[in-house]
Amino acid sequence: MFIAEVVGNVWGTRKHPSLNDRRLLLVRPIDPLTEKHTGDAIMAVEYGTGAGPGSVVLVMDEGGSARSVLKDAEAPVRTVIVGLVDSVVSGGTTKKF
Amino acid sequence: MKLARVIGRVFCSRQDPAIDRKTMLLIQPLKWEDESPLGDPIVAADAVGAGSSEKVFWVASRDAAAAFKDAPPVDAAIVGIVDGHQVKDFRGNR
Repeated sequence: MFIAEVVGNVWGTRKHPSLNDRRLLLVRPIDPLTEKHTGDAIMAVEYGTGAGPGSVVLVMDEGGSARSVLKDAEAPVRTVIVGLVDSVVSGGTTKKF
Repeated sequence: MKLARVIGRVFCSRQDPAIDRKTMLLIQPLKWEDESPLGDPIVAADAVGAGSSEKVFWVASRDAAAAFKDAPPVDAAIVGIVDGHQVKDFRGNR
């Protein structure tokens, strides 16, 4: 899992039935302490955390667990937003979002 | 899940029976940020009926097989057609 910032969204009518009625957001990994971007944006499924553009989120990037949290054994999904990050503590510093 | 553009189609006269009647498309992976090419083109199985030069999103590895009912031996699958997307840095340039 990693911490990322929501930077955008994706829309499309024709998609796999498992993705119908799911929000598709673009997330970009950040270093939680410096807030610097650490990689390229990827598309993630949002299923109930209420994350939106600008949110700092916890992202899970593994297919088996993604199908498990979506409760859909047939979903061709790898990346899912599983949490909204409130704060990160590391090395004696606390970072609030 | 990643962005790509369909740039061609692949036909095989002899192939594994498990991938019979699956459309194999040649896709060029792209960056979500600026749609610039990301690496070399790959072949992906089509689960949604994508057409030539359309923007699509795709999954790799085991998740690609999950896109089909019969779990065929594929390592990349197109699972959606992108009508549009937007990217904006909401927290400033850092």
